[in-house]
Amino acid sequence: MNAQVNSHMSSPATVPGGSAPPMELVDLRREFNEVGIGEVLDQLDRELIGLKPVKTRIREIASLLLIERIRKRMGLTSEPPTLHMSFTGNPGTGKTTVALRIASILHKLGFVRRGQVVSVTRDELVGQYIGHTAPKTKEILKKAMGGVLFIDEAYYLYRPDNERDYGQEAIEILLQVMESQREDLVVILAGYGDRMDKFFASNPGFRSRIAHHIDFPDYADDELLAIAELMLRDMNYKLTSDARAAFVRYIALRKNQPLFSNARSIRNALDRMRLRQANRLVGDLDHVLTVDDIRSIDVSDVLASRVFLKAGQPAEG
Amino acid sequence: MRITQGCFSFLPDLTDEQITRQVQYCLGKGWAVNIEFTDDPHPRNNFWEMWGLPMFDLRDAAGVMMELNECRKVYGDRYIRMSAYDSSHGWESLRLSFIVNRPKDEPGFRLERHEVEGRNIRYTTKSYAVDRPEGQRYGGK
Repeated sequence: MNAQVNSHMSSPATVPGGSAPPMELVDLRREFNEVGIGEVLDQLDRELIGLKPVKTRIREIASLLLIERIRKRMGLTSEPPTLHMSFTGNPGTGKTTVALRIASILHKLGFVRRGQVVSVTRDELVGQYIGHTAPKTKEILKKAMGGVLFIDEAYYLYRPDNERDYGQEAIEILLQVMESQREDLVVILAGYGDRMDKFFASNPGFRSRIAHHIDFPDYADDELLAIAELMLRDMNYKLTSDARAAFVRYIALRKNQPLFSNARSIRNALDRMRLRQANRLVGDLDHVLTVDDIRSIDVSDVLASRVFLKAGQPAEG
Repeated sequence: MRITQGCFSFLPDLTDEQITRQVQYCLGKGWAVNIEFTDDPHPRNNFWEMWGLPMFDLRDAAGVMMELNECRKVYGDRYIRMSAYDSSHGWESLRLSFIVNRPKDEPGFRLERHEVEGRNIRYTTKSYAVDRPEGQRYGGK
């Protein structure tokens, strides 16, 4: 205790009340490496295909947070930045995946203390009878403290057709905590673009309390193919070159069919191809299999899809 | 008379920051933290009233502090304590309990002597505060 006081007294650049002298020079690169943020951002680049605007925005936020961290160390106090976000985009564009990454970025930078993600939908926030909603919402908020609260399909919280809907109560509690406990909790809302716009239009309080509105674009054909190959690699499969060409055609056809949900549709298509591949292999029991046979998805597995059938007879739709 | 029950009760009152650290310690051990209040702090009164439900699955003390502040708004003139429940097998009981809020004025207890058969005496401790109905003790309206 005494030693600390002495060194404090002899140091020429002390701030009154501050325990450590403020830093004058900052090695930005060292700071960057120390936080380990580069690693997370690289991982984001590697594992998420496309999503340029999203990545740019995340980079910006990460840079701001890094600078904010340094400013704090230099004694330049400022209000903690508002980090609540809204993710809008079509189904399967990676909103949930990115939310999980954001949590780890914020945790690395020290803007959330624990880094857990509590992912909820309307069911977990809104109660079924009078007086049930507030405790339910608060319980979820308490669990999310120190981390990220991810509200998927947030527009369901507000139901304009029913004015006695308990969703409004949950919204009010959320807004209050989002404002008063900004340093304890980051709220991320996600949902499909047009419905979220309507949601924000009817709840202006929400719109203004969220600093970052990030729009997730749809994937292009080549990005979808890259996603498929990444998924297959993770599952230890591969496409033969013929199958790859067939899959390119599959993507083009599937995109124009109803209920296309980007990466999620691709994942489902891959699962069905795995089924067909397994069935094809089991169909010929006398065949001796190599590792390569088991790993490869053949052109016949792709072409057996309903998508190609439907394309042949457009009348059926 | 200052009431001493549970941990830390011989120390000066904990500040909010110190309470937060203690709660965080409990959460780190995986204990569920409860908030309880009473205006009958008799040492044999084990069952204080609970503020809400036990808080399982929390990661950060901020959630508990939010509830504590709510509770103080309503029952700021009563005793409030935190208790930490360990649900792991073999324990299944409270591991820690400490007072986080007390009334401004604590009148204390008196000793009542009850003369029974022969020259025997039975002793009873009674709180001065409980002479008044619940809710009106400790300066409550």
